[in-house]
Amino acid sequence: MQRILAGYVTAMCLLLMAPIVIVVILAFSGAGYLQFPPTALSLRWFARFLGDDQWRAALWYSLVIGAIACTIATTIGFFAAYALVRRPIAAKKLLLSLLLLPVIVPTVITAIAMYFLSARLGLVGNVLWIGCCHAVVALPVVLLILLATLQGVDVNLERAALSLGSSRLRLFLRVVVPLAAPGIISAALFAFLASFDELIISLFLTGIRAQTLPVRIWNSLHMQIEPTIAAVSAVLIGITGLVLLLDASLRRWRAARTGAGT
Amino acid sequence: MLPAFAMLAFVFVLPLAWFFTQALFAEGGIQQIASVIASRAVLQAILATNWISLLVTACVLLAGYPIAYYLANRRGLRFTLVVFCIIVPYFTSIIVRTYSWMVLLGRAGVINRLLQSAGLIEAPLPLLYNKLGIVIGMTYVLLPYMVLTLFATMKSIDRNLLLAASGLGAGGFAVFWRVYLPLSRHGILSGALIVFILSIGFFITPALMGGPSDVMVAMLIERSVEITLDWKSAAVMSLFLLAVTLVLYAVYYRITDLRRLMGA
Amino acid sequence: MNRAPLPAGRGALELSGLTKRYGNERVVDSVSAAIRPGEFFSLLGPSGSGKTTTLMMIAGFIAPDEGRITVDGADFTAVPPQRRGFGMVFQNYAIFPHLDVFENVAFPLRARRVAQPEIRRRVGEALELVRLERFARRTVRQLSGGQQQRVAIARAIVFQPAIVLMDEPLGALDKNLRYDMQVEIKDIQQRLGMTVIYVTHDQEEAMNMSDRIAIMSSGRVEQVGPPDLIYERPANAFVGRFLGEANLLEGSIEKVHEGEAELRTRDGLLLRGRIDGTAQPGQQAALFVRPEKLAGGAGDAAANRANGILRRRSFLGSVIRTTIDIGPTTQLTMDSPNSGHGLHLQPGAEIAVHWPVAHSILLTP
Repeated sequence: MQRILAGYVTAMCLLLMAPIVIVVILAFSGAGYLQFPPTALSLRWFARFLGDDQWRAALWYSLVIGAIACTIATTIGFFAAYALVRRPIAAKKLLLSLLLLPVIVPTVITAIAMYFLSARLGLVGNVLWIGCCHAVVALPVVLLILLATLQGVDVNLERAALSLGSSRLRLFLRVVVPLAAPGIISAALFAFLASFDELIISLFLTGIRAQTLPVRIWNSLHMQIEPTIAAVSAVLIGITGLVLLLDASLRRWRAARTGAGT
Repeated sequence: MLPAFAMLAFVFVLPLAWFFTQALFAEGGIQQIASVIASRAVLQAILATNWISLLVTACVLLAGYPIAYYLANRRGLRFTLVVFCIIVPYFTSIIVRTYSWMVLLGRAGVINRLLQSAGLIEAPLPLLYNKLGIVIGMTYVLLPYMVLTLFATMKSIDRNLLLAASGLGAGGFAVFWRVYLPLSRHGILSGALIVFILSIGFFITPALMGGPSDVMVAMLIERSVEITLDWKSAAVMSLFLLAVTLVLYAVYYRITDLRRLMGA
Repeated sequence: MNRAPLPAGRGALELSGLTKRYGNERVVDSVSAAIRPGEFFSLLGPSGSGKTTTLMMIAGFIAPDEGRITVDGADFTAVPPQRRGFGMVFQNYAIFPHLDVFENVAFPLRARRVAQPEIRRRVGEALELVRLERFARRTVRQLSGGQQQRVAIARAIVFQPAIVLMDEPLGALDKNLRYDMQVEIKDIQQRLGMTVIYVTHDQEEAMNMSDRIAIMSSGRVEQVGPPDLIYERPANAFVGRFLGEANLLEGSIEKVHEGEAELRTRDGLLLRGRIDGTAQPGQQAALFVRPEKLAGGAGDAAANRANGILRRRSFLGSVIRTTIDIGPTTQLTMDSPNSGHGLHLQPGAEIAVHWPVAHSILLTP
């Protein structure tokens, strides 16, 4: 029985990873159409990707909007998480539920509502505004990570710092942030990833000018499935993998931070 | 604390409220709402959405239960590897995941090519641009949610109960069927709810992998906005979808709370 | 608004009517005390007695619902913790794990914008005081519990506060280390002349180190005084039992005369003892006497005497503890030094004990 289970799970794992792996392999194929396994390897699709003006622009927009969303979500999320963890607020559970609302409402609805408002205000295609909207859906992830991180920071350390005469600013800069640093970086990474991968809101809000990578892929897919898309997808997969790798290595750092001293 | 709420209020709540009030009450009034819902296209979409979501939920449950069970009983390297295989797709962009299945399932896609070159089939199988494609694609995307939810529940099942059962003479299968399965009932329920709630709001995967007659509610909403510019219908359908989602979430919330009440 | 900590004064601290409520419960109930400059003052009590909450209010981390905190005449009740200028040592040390020893101790000086050469000098002095001079560049992970605690102490005194607050700082250390640290802390306190408010649940620790002790129970201060006073003359049964072994013989008062009273115990024994405060004949009371004040034998007529059956002899190392039944409902505990002399009676034997009236206190509930 155990062997059947193990066999099944292995098969499922392969099935889970296969699509992603295949896309990456295809990205390197030398043929002009989707051929698996590829007979020749080449980087031409990547060259095509980076050589094309529109793809490059999409990459640029994805990066910029991702950076904006990451910054906003991480900063706001940090202070919200700190307030939730340290301050004795009455309706904590309710507040937390409210802050997690973006997860509950189907993204389509959020997206078109934002589009509706943005169209009226002329904000379609505005990079800063898109970053803000992405930040809203990135906020729950940031909150969850930072809530756990800040709970791991011993409250006595903060009390000690205050008792020693530190101002609130110094307390944050020299004590809380350094101790929470691995968690903050993790949260920032996932916020960036959430924005970088985000498609639905971007579909409506980016308009013609500010298309992000996922949007461009969507548009391309409606026309034809060409290997350049595979290359772009491979890049996206690569970035996901990078974030996950960084987060995993941050875990060790995080353990060291909260373990010592108690 | 304040900035978080300010931002949420402006960027999230405000658009939603504005959208609903403006679009719903724009012209034609409230009677139009009923007509939108009752229109053939919408009713078909609602039916298709429910049917597909149920299928997907069932598939995800059947596929994911053994995986979660495996994870709940393993540690170390095997555990990490399996978790890795779950997590990486989970964090990969949905467009990439959907695209990858399109590559696999197309008429000239990887699977068909493999089967043809192995001589197992003559003509390529229609795996894409139909309900089958949608179900496969959505199952792939939603599997991690089910596995993670089930895993959480299974982790908290007391091993001693199983030992007691087999000590009382129950055979392997009976222990599973009569003891473990019922104990994991709660996880099954919450996992299924989450997956169902998420599927009814899907539009990327069905849009890309479905056929012309496979229309889900979210797709209709998107079309109303992008193509027909019928904001009124979009608002009505969105409200309907949102209402159903919220009700299901309320149910989900209720059963997780009840469980905590029962002290599990 | 000036954000810097206030300069240290002489170190006189006064608490008036401090009260803190959580819901309907008074966790700290009208606590008052006047602490002198340079005094080692302990808050002693079982867990839940409100002593840590009181300390937190003094530190400024919890706001009192009622009452005032006055330092050298100035009202500190509304002053935020970072401006109070008290040193503070926590039970779990609260050493910053991301800084080394030097930076930990230098932290308060940096917060006060002291110049680098001055910082180096004062940190060096503080580390010398706790005998960690060679550990300046160690990371926190390389330190043992005792060393971490000494870093915490060095950090709390390096900016020369007049008042230092300590919340069960030695609770996490093992017994032998604890005793050595008690001596060290007391030594540092006397050398620097700081006022120390020390919270602990360990009565030996409090008595070893304090000039005065405030015993707390359920949020109230039961008694304040120097260790010998509250040990020998507890104000009530709780204090009597908390500070050490106590014999409490219950009965009713028969005669009262000039600070002395007679008590008839439940089993009919007539005993005499000192009484503080007023009492009436007929009132219920308990006669309190410490086990080490009892001695075997009949004693003279002026002493309190009792006869009974030896129930048990316990060997406690430096002390031999004897339990004696002197009546159907009354037991006495006698502690005798393990000097090698003394009675060698067996359980079941008849035994007579006596003790001075001067060491007997009548406590009314």
